Amino acid sequence: MNIVVLVKQVPDTEGDRKLDPSDNTLDRAAVDPVINYIDEFAIEEGLRLKEAHGGEVTILTVGPERATESIRKALSMGADKAVHVLDDALHGSDAIATAKVIAKALGSVEWDVAIAGSEATDSRSAIVPALVAEILGAPQLTQARKVTVDGSTVTIERVTDTGYQSVSGSTPAVLSVVEKINDPRYPSFKGIMAAKSKPIDVKSLGDLGLDAGEVGLANAWSQVTSFENAPPRSAGQTVKDEGNGASAIADFLASKKLI
Amino acid sequence: MAEVLVLVDSADGTVKKATFELLTAARSIGTASAVVIGAPGTAAALKDQLAEYGAAKIYVAEGDELLGFSVAPKAEALAAVAAQASPAAVLVSSSAENKEVAARLAFKLGSGILVDAVAVDGDASATQSIFGGAITVQSKVSTGIPVVTVRPNSVAPVAEAGAAEVVDVAVTLSDAAKAATVVDNVVEAKGSRPQLADASVVVSGGRGIGNADNFKIIEALADSLGAAVGASRAVVDAGWVDHQMQVGQTGVTVSPQLYVAVGISGAIQHRAGMQTSKTIVAINKDPEAPIFELADFGVVGDLFQVAPALTEEITKRKG
Ligand SMILES: Cc1cc2nc3c(=O)[nH]c(=O)nc-3n(C[C@H](O)[C@H](O)[C@H](O)COP(=O)(O)OP(=O)(O)OC[C@H]3O[C@@H](n4cnc5c(N)ncnc54)[C@H](O)[C@@H]3O)c2cc1C
Ligand SMILES: Nc1ncnc2c1ncn2[C@@H]1O[C@H](COP(=O)(O)O)[C@@H](O)[C@H]1O
Repeated sequence: MNIVVLVKQVPDTEGDRKLDPSDNTLDRAAVDPVINYIDEFAIEEGLRLKEAHGGEVTILTVGPERATESIRKALSMGADKAVHVLDDALHGSDAIATAKVIAKALGSVEWDVAIAGSEATDSRSAIVPALVAEILGAPQLTQARKVTVDGSTVTIERVTDTGYQSVSGSTPAVLSVVEKINDPRYPSFKGIMAAKSKPIDVKSLGDLGLDAGEVGLANAWSQVTSFENAPPRSAGQTVKDEGNGASAIADFLASKKLI
Repeated sequence: MAEVLVLVDSADGTVKKATFELLTAARSIGTASAVVIGAPGTAAALKDQLAEYGAAKIYVAEGDELLGFSVAPKAEALAAVAAQASPAAVLVSSSAENKEVAARLAFKLGSGILVDAVAVDGDASATQSIFGGAITVQSKVSTGIPVVTVRPNSVAPVAEAGAAEVVDVAVTLSDAAKAATVVDNVVEAKGSRPQLADASVVVSGGRGIGNADNFKIIEALADSLGAAVGASRAVVDAGWVDHQMQVGQTGVTVSPQLYVAVGISGAIQHRAGMQTSKTIVAINKDPEAPIFELADFGVVGDLFQVAPALTEEITKRKG
């Protein structure tokens, strides 16, 4: 079974993330980049599927030059190879354009399942996996907390507000996984050394048969028109509990008509 | 005036409050049209409720097949309605599934999508709060019909009578929409508390509660306020509560009228999931806890004293 894991590089949430005022896009220089946290769970799930069913794990990343660092980390966890879609024209692409590029790039490799994380920490949009499934007409098996493969049938437990749905479809299928599906492994020393020589296939838009006019900031279907730093939530009143803490909160809630 | 489509969320014959919020927002853009997608008979039970919040039309796409497959059928049904109504915008509330529906719809329509708006303007442009609330952005859709997902509790619902003219919509699903079969639907959530994602009041417990058994202190406080119950990741990781209850960057994002954080330090990843709450109250014994930086009202004290006393006080005042 050939597995592609969709890995996004994002700014570390511990850093002071910024937008670039010149074009309102993500300021990638402001904060050190890392693998999108939930994507590590996607990588782990891919590796487990390979261990159970054979095949290869390919990392697929659409992102700038520096995304190589994240790709190497994914390879050091045990993935076999990678495809890196790298093109200056991609700067400022919206989720729909990114999904189009991912869908096209999937066309350049053999795959039975493509596994994404459920949500990226920078966009927090949680829509790319559904878009990729829509574009390809492939089964959308997203928000999975459990994945089972039986021949060409993939069944997941899809997390819902009240529990889960069991959803199944045939390969090739697009999956996304939630945190808690597994415990991602740490790269071993051996893995880190091996990753240095694993192949990364760098592809431009032209290599994928995509036109620069379909992607990038100028062609995005939605735009950030302006932004401002949110005024820090001014800390309100804090009182020390001297036995009256509870009634002070109740008074506050009553003053706000919350009780 | 152009129509604005609102995807209706309901449970057990009751329209969710988030839908009333969207109908209210829709009326500031154009005329509000509700879209009900569900099993046969769903819309009949919802009609009067939707009329109360200004639905001029109710598009009804009903059929068991629509629920037999995951996500894609809802997007096709909405696209069918959009083809008929030529709307000025489509609004859905920001649940995990609705965002996926909206994304697929946007692609079908060749339209841009704005996710997780905390406010929507009369021209369907939106305000979003990003990076854990650190930055507020204004955004707009530049191509096609704006598809906007709006966080629950972002708009104050205002009642206004609507004609609620029912328009039946026939949807023939494509093969692609039948690619992911819903084999089973399992309800695990126990009890009758409101659901976390769209609750108006949320009470969350953190590591400070000490053990699983003590979580009942949080539940009691929540019940006194009619609130949903949430938790920090520390509590989920400890196995004291289910992952579904985790608030934060890798859990649920909530934006309620009132968020009460009990024994939660307020790490950046937790704040990412609750920072846009309208009013925040914190109880923590450490005066330096970062949660106090964003609390509108904080009590420095022992939660084992303050929380039960607060439960009692609220119950008493509600009398
Ligand atoms: C990639 C990543 C993603 C993450 N995602 C999330 C997420 O989605 N949600 C999330 O919540 N966290 C998330 N975290 C974890 C986050 O960084 C914090 O570790 C977590 O939120 C801490 O939970 P806590 O506040 O309950 O625990 P702690 O930080 O340990 O705080 C406990 C608090 O309880 C107080 N306390 C203790 N005893 C009492 C008492 N008797 N009375 C009153 N107060 C008391 C203490 O003073 C302290 O402030 C994530 C972390 C990472 C790295
Ligand atoms: N540029 C990208 N390259 C590779 N995968 C991506 C990219 N953007 C999003 N994804 C995948 O889609 C998931 C959801 O992202 P998002 O919809 O942006 O929240 C991520 O966890 C990734 O697995």
